[in-house]
Amino acid sequence: MKYSASSVWENKDRYGIAVIGAGHAGCEAALAAARLGVRTIMFTVSVDSIALMPCNPNIGGSSKGHLVKEVDALGGEMGKVIDRTFIQSKMLNKSKGPAVHSLRAQADKARYSTEMRKVLEQQENLDIKQAEVTEILVENGKVTGVKTFSGAIYHCDAVVLCTGTYLKSRCIYGEVSENCGPNGLKAANYLSDCLKELGVQMYRFKTGTPARIDRNSIDFTKMEEQFGDERVVPFSFTTNPEEVQIDQVSCWLTYTNERTHEIIRENLDRSPLFSGMIEGTGPRYCPSIEDKVVKFADKDRHQVFIEPEGLDTNEMYIGGMSSSLPEDVQYEMYRSVPGLEHAKIVRNAYAIEYDCIDARQLYATLEFKKISGLFSGGQFNGSSGYEEAAAQGLVAGINAARKVLGKEQIIIDRSQGYIGVLIDDLVTKESHEPYRMMTSRAEYRLLLRQDNADQRLTEIGYQVGLIDEERYQNLKKKERQIEEQVERLEHTNVGASRPVQEVLEQYGSTPLKNGITLAELIRRPELSYEALEAIDPGRTELSEEVVEQINIRIKYDGYIRRQMKQVEQFKKLETKRIPDAINYDEIGSLRIEAKQKLNQYRPISIGQASRISGVSPADISVLLVYMESYGSKREKDEQS
Amino acid sequence: MIKDTIAAIATAMTASGIGIIRISGEEAFVIIDRIYKGKKKEKKLSNEKSHTIHYGYIMDGEEAIDEVLVLLMRGPHSYTGEDTVEIDCHGGVYVMKRILETVIKYGARPAEPGEFTKRAFLNGRLDLSQAEAVIDVIQSKNEYALKSSVSQLKGSVLEKISEIRKEILYHTAFIETALDDPEHISIDGYGEKLQGTVEKLQGAIRRLLESADNGRIIKEGIQTVIVGKPNAGKSSLLNVLAGKERAIVTDIEGTTRDILEENIQINGICLNIIDTAGIRDTEDIVEKIGVDKAKDYAKDADLIIYVVDASRALDENDEQILEMIREKQALILLNKSDLDTVITKELLQKYTEKPMIEISAKQEHGIEKVEHALKEMFFEGKVSFNDEVYITNIRQKTALQNAYDSLEKVIGSIENNMPEDFYSIDLMDAYEALGSITGETIGEDLVNEIFSKFCMGK
Repeated sequence: MKYSASSVWENKDRYGIAVIGAGHAGCEAALAAARLGVRTIMFTVSVDSIALMPCNPNIGGSSKGHLVKEVDALGGEMGKVIDRTFIQSKMLNKSKGPAVHSLRAQADKARYSTEMRKVLEQQENLDIKQAEVTEILVENGKVTGVKTFSGAIYHCDAVVLCTGTYLKSRCIYGEVSENCGPNGLKAANYLSDCLKELGVQMYRFKTGTPARIDRNSIDFTKMEEQFGDERVVPFSFTTNPEEVQIDQVSCWLTYTNERTHEIIRENLDRSPLFSGMIEGTGPRYCPSIEDKVVKFADKDRHQVFIEPEGLDTNEMYIGGMSSSLPEDVQYEMYRSVPGLEHAKIVRNAYAIEYDCIDARQLYATLEFKKISGLFSGGQFNGSSGYEEAAAQGLVAGINAARKVLGKEQIIIDRSQGYIGVLIDDLVTKESHEPYRMMTSRAEYRLLLRQDNADQRLTEIGYQVGLIDEERYQNLKKKERQIEEQVERLEHTNVGASRPVQEVLEQYGSTPLKNGITLAELIRRPELSYEALEAIDPGRTELSEEVVEQINIRIKYDGYIRRQMKQVEQFKKLETKRIPDAINYDEIGSLRIEAKQKLNQYRPISIGQASRISGVSPADISVLLVYMESYGSKREKDEQS
Repeated sequence: MIKDTIAAIATAMTASGIGIIRISGEEAFVIIDRIYKGKKKEKKLSNEKSHTIHYGYIMDGEEAIDEVLVLLMRGPHSYTGEDTVEIDCHGGVYVMKRILETVIKYGARPAEPGEFTKRAFLNGRLDLSQAEAVIDVIQSKNEYALKSSVSQLKGSVLEKISEIRKEILYHTAFIETALDDPEHISIDGYGEKLQGTVEKLQGAIRRLLESADNGRIIKEGIQTVIVGKPNAGKSSLLNVLAGKERAIVTDIEGTTRDILEENIQINGICLNIIDTAGIRDTEDIVEKIGVDKAKDYAKDADLIIYVVDASRALDENDEQILEMIREKQALILLNKSDLDTVITKELLQKYTEKPMIEISAKQEHGIEKVEHALKEMFFEGKVSFNDEVYITNIRQKTALQNAYDSLEKVIGSIENNMPEDFYSIDLMDAYEALGSITGETIGEDLVNEIFSKFCMGK
């Protein structure tokens, strides 16, 4: 390391938690920890880059919108900040089922950062420090503090690593390779080595971003305008819907063409991806444009979304065309796209490589199995995306604080939220690329909707201490109303009377022959709670949100019930905890592969064990039987 | 623990004696009420006392399957500690199978290997000292089931199932891609197109189910392996027993290099006969594989038929075979009785006590004696099926039926104008059910399919 022994200096402020990194994971972790009453210090290589959005200028989207809502329901910050700084908003998949409705907002990047920074600065118990952390101090398998580049030591009881893409990061396009973080920011070059010395296994992942182009150089007449929704829905359950009905800006849609693809193909040999200069594993879900052209050679065009980076900047994000081709090829390639003929590139597209970990070294609490008090969240854990990062940061922050406070750790399971699916996948399954959330990864997705995130998670946020009494009581009231109304509608009959038939006729619904409950009518695709107003005199004034819940609960009742049954089965295995002291080598009948995997991952529950590849259902049966005899044996020992 | 209701055949699958089908779980009494008919019409077994026996019939709708005795045991006073019903029926493979299938049709699930024992243990009905033994039972039964479930499947069936799965996965991935990236891909109106595909897939599954009833899915029966030195007449014997030219018969040693199988009925007993390559030390690689396979098959066989070429002297190859059959049920056939023989019964009896018959496969002499001997061994209970094969078959049929039902739900969703995201849930259920037949899990299949087949945006 660069400092001499004499420069080592011990900071006398006593911190409970040090959060390393101030991206989307770091911000949530630091806020949660401080709010739970633990003195927290947040390190960043640049205070100016707090809550930076180095890639796409939006938050949310399919399944990611769910994550933001869940973060909010637990008492996190992301939803509130984007509600104050968005410039366009859209509910995706509105014509599909409620489980896949996904909110996505275009952000004003600069304002998002500033707003988040304000929140952090105003937070009690939280200090911000610009410094590169170079070492995690560990004694007897327990975290005792961190050391910075200058040699300063900060003592603390827990550390949350949220280093994102900054560890030994390298930005590449064409033959140009620079050892820096995103946007030319300073990389963190020492921490990786320290982690390796502590026995942490590292991967090298890769991702990329498209060019930013000067708005004044774009001809929008050749593109399709993309508007936001007329009625905007906020992310945060605490935001008053009236406050988000703002003037929105547009995005634009254009397409690549044969000429674009030709340029790319001709220059493939100059792409670091294909020349072997990039060694990291890239994500399949956001391929570079050169990847798309090679892999889907039969497609004659690809969509390109032109999105503003904010209100106070001319830069436009070129969605769909991330690349690491050389600068000259980038110009040629972008300029072949209709509307971009005279494009001026403000920032080049680039690929970025960075160190991250195999997250199977973590418990689902996001604490390292082998180092007590060391937690991690975000892209460092092998995920991608602002929302995935925020979700993990929040959980890591909560658990780090609870650890310091001597409280039990919390785990959100796969039936409770996308956060649970995300973390469980990360800590259980092998992954060779940055992990992105998808609705298809959630097996109980009919239950894990963005509209009911509060009903699923706010209780936990309240128990933990991030949700205040008032918000909690509001939720309870909402839940009561939903229950009462569903109950009432299921038991209110209407006959084949004139007014009823008239309403049915108005909505093109088959007239009644016999009596029927109001709920049965709501189940018809063409009808809804709102449609039945004229024939339902028993109703009271209800909020939009409550009406939405009533409709969903009644319309999809059968499907929801089925999934709840599956969840019941799931919970049985999930709550079967495996004792820490279990010795898998002692269980004769476990297959060797299962023994190895179980020893390696040390799952905390039978449920988690069953999701490890290489552990068969028979192994799980064996484990159950073994645990039963193990538990009883211990009881006996204790009695005697 | 999971308390759904399981069922299995609790006795050996032989032709003799009584067969017992055991049902255990919360719904055991509900299920027996659905299929039991007493002498008095209105008799409901769920109203009867525990530990009583009742005479009556097992009904599949209007059809009476068998005359039975039903034993009722309420939990916790039963083997598993759960509500348990035992159906004592007439022995016989067919009847036992039919009853088990009926029990499953009316709400039970085929038990996993070793599951009754596992439940008994988890419900505290077995002593702790038995834990190791229980674990061994579960693991060994599972190993067998796993081996049999895939190896017993006929290649064409495996292929068909893989095809269906592939198609399901493709369509699910398409829907999911569109949901994930709605601005790039539209699936409006996809339901109509999908309905045709799903109906086609249902047809394919129905045909598999039908062939399962005819025993064409799984190779049922007594696993019988014919062994012997090269050119001892094994293939000729198979041809005679099967009544047609199945195996290639020549005078050249080592003609049967692979393994031939034939499912035949002798006096109502179902034998799955496997003709193997002749056993001898060989340098020929292809033949060697055949020989090794033959030894493997013989190890797992329920019955071995050892064909001795009586016209040639015994050598070390015969010694090997005699060693191999020592611990097995076996029948020795002294073939080529039509030629000058050098090996006699008396000679062989010095080495083994297994039953022997002189035959000439070529002249079809002594074949009746062989058939008679097989029948006796079966009815004396000397040879029996491994019941796991049957259970496996029923598990697989249940899985096919589940897959079919899941696809039916997809059709229901399409017809009810449900949004597309509802389709994929049932499509993946069908995919999973079919995978349980071929021993494949879902894992990351869907995500991989999405990325490999469809171009995602961003």
